[in-house]
Amino acid sequence: MDEDWKRAKRVFATMAAPPVLWLAVFFLVPLAIIWAYSFGENKNLVEITVDGTFSNYAHALQPLYFGIIFKSFWFAAITTFLCLVIGFPVAIAITFASEKTKAWLLLLIMLPFWTNLLIRTYALMAVLRTEGFINMGLAFLWNGLSHITALTGHPLAPFHPLELLHNNFAVVFGLVYVQLPFMVLPLYAALDRLDRSLLEASLDLGAGHLTTFARVVVPLAAPGIVSGVIVTLIPSIGAYLTPDLLGGPESMMIANVIERQFKTANNWPFGSALSFLLMYMTFIAIAVQAIVSRNRKAEASV
Amino acid sequence: MTRRFSTSRRSILAGLGVAAAGISFGGLEGCAAKYPIGKNGEEQRLNLYNWDTYTGKTTLADFKAATGVEVHMSLFATNDELFSKLRAGNPGFDIIVPSNEFVTRLKISNLLEPLDLAKIPNRVNLLPSFQNPAFDPGRHYSMPYTWLVLGIGYRKSKIDGVPDSWKWLMDSDRYKGRIGLFSEADDLMGLAAKYLGHSAHNVPPEVIEQIARMYIKQKPNIKIFHNDEGQDLLLSGDIDIVMEYNGDIAQVMVEDPDLDFVVPREGSIINSDCLCIPKGAPRPDNAHQFINFVLDAKNGAEIYNTIKYPTPNAAALALMPKEYRDNPAIFPPADRMARCEYAQFEGMKRSQFYDETLTRIFAS
Repeated sequence: MDEDWKRAKRVFATMAAPPVLWLAVFFLVPLAIIWAYSFGENKNLVEITVDGTFSNYAHALQPLYFGIIFKSFWFAAITTFLCLVIGFPVAIAITFASEKTKAWLLLLIMLPFWTNLLIRTYALMAVLRTEGFINMGLAFLWNGLSHITALTGHPLAPFHPLELLHNNFAVVFGLVYVQLPFMVLPLYAALDRLDRSLLEASLDLGAGHLTTFARVVVPLAAPGIVSGVIVTLIPSIGAYLTPDLLGGPESMMIANVIERQFKTANNWPFGSALSFLLMYMTFIAIAVQAIVSRNRKAEASV
Repeated sequence: MTRRFSTSRRSILAGLGVAAAGISFGGLEGCAAKYPIGKNGEEQRLNLYNWDTYTGKTTLADFKAATGVEVHMSLFATNDELFSKLRAGNPGFDIIVPSNEFVTRLKISNLLEPLDLAKIPNRVNLLPSFQNPAFDPGRHYSMPYTWLVLGIGYRKSKIDGVPDSWKWLMDSDRYKGRIGLFSEADDLMGLAAKYLGHSAHNVPPEVIEQIARMYIKQKPNIKIFHNDEGQDLLLSGDIDIVMEYNGDIAQVMVEDPDLDFVVPREGSIINSDCLCIPKGAPRPDNAHQFINFVLDAKNGAEIYNTIKYPTPNAAALALMPKEYRDNPAIFPPADRMARCEYAQFEGMKRSQFYDETLTRIFAS
């Protein structure tokens, strides 16, 4: 491919120009403006002077905000872990399903994307709320049970609805729900390419199913796991609709704080600094991951 | 399931705003059909930027019948959204409906067009107390549309007696797990200051510190900090006692007689939503016509009949039915109102300080 491009530079340039232009105008330029704001100060309610100050970053590194960033990472990490644990069996099941079932299963994974995230989140609220479907269902079963035990003269205590909404549980639940397809799809892509004769060889040569899974499947699916983790972890860190609608006061994540800087607090420079702080951290995390995987590859080839 | 997604001044839009902050605008003028030119030389068109469910059922059609001008209404969910949109330049609105402290903010940011009072003769219909407010002396930039007061909405069968103190929301575990508070920093700080016996304005830093400690202590008892959908949460039974605006609770009281509203004895904060013309409005004369139309007694009555917010318009009030005029949720008793203060813009530094305090309360 490389050689083809070198030979047909003009064709390549023509093909690349529109997306590059698009990225520059609608991505890099706005990002550069926000980046500049992060070194600015509010002159009055509507004007920002960019004077190269680091005060916004200093402010953002206070324990208060740093704690919220840390909590966002923590939520995202739990979400990613749960997605991995739930997603892996799903991906394996899809991989080993018959061609016809496979298409249906993949459709089921992608179906939620056809509905807007906001609508899906409101639907989750209807499921989780105090008088929602889960609690209504549980109350029905509980009351039925109570009727039966009442026959023996020991009715149960009245049903207390579970607190499922507006807490950290709801946020992680919502994030797992939203992010799961992003984990399953790369895992499936990796597992589907997997050479099945290797599995058979492993089993034939005396490895049990667990050993085969741990020492053959997981290492071969590693690229899928890594990309699944990245596409799950990073959007989860910046999630703000889910904590806003499903969370309680203590489930506030960093994106909610950033949003408030641009709206309620009207402090764009500080909001910009917080956004970029998050971005720097994400870049560093990806860079570290890239270095680690390169080292590992180098080791493997030695 | 009794969850409703409408009839609130702000609620669902606040949710949508979260999802799609800023997608609503772009081509206000771009895709416009050609409109005939009216007698005043302006296109027969008006872009109104308003709260949700905040006009009468026939108001816009009536205006078109009277003047030939077609009104295009877009909706905003919070004053902050309105401000951040106009801050980047007026995208083509002729009329906006900010609350009074945002009239101040927009005015000092030079984002409002002065009104030509000669074109608004119906302003004589306004109650005297709304003729010359402190935030806009002489009414040169804004005409009042409604006023609103924050108070406590509650479910009568679940609350003992009348919860006529902020204590039940801010400083007591009696209704643990059934309390909803507003997630607006200014209101939370101002109302807590009222509860502690201070003015809602210029609250000293040590009192803010005390307020922060009080809310942090109260947090385990609070079920939700809502974005102005308190009336929906109350109606659906998720919470039994909530900090909300009188009009929002009055709207759901029509649906559920078990709900009620009270302004606590410590007093509260009043707002007044106003009609203003933003800088650079393309059709200022149509905008003046619309403001004058709304201030007419009959047209006003049509609006207040629907939206159930208190009116600043004496002539419209005279036309309203008794259920509206004597509704203590819409018009709380005078002795309580006497202890209320108008919301006030106290400078950028203070909003940022309040916001940071709220972040601290949420995070701790």
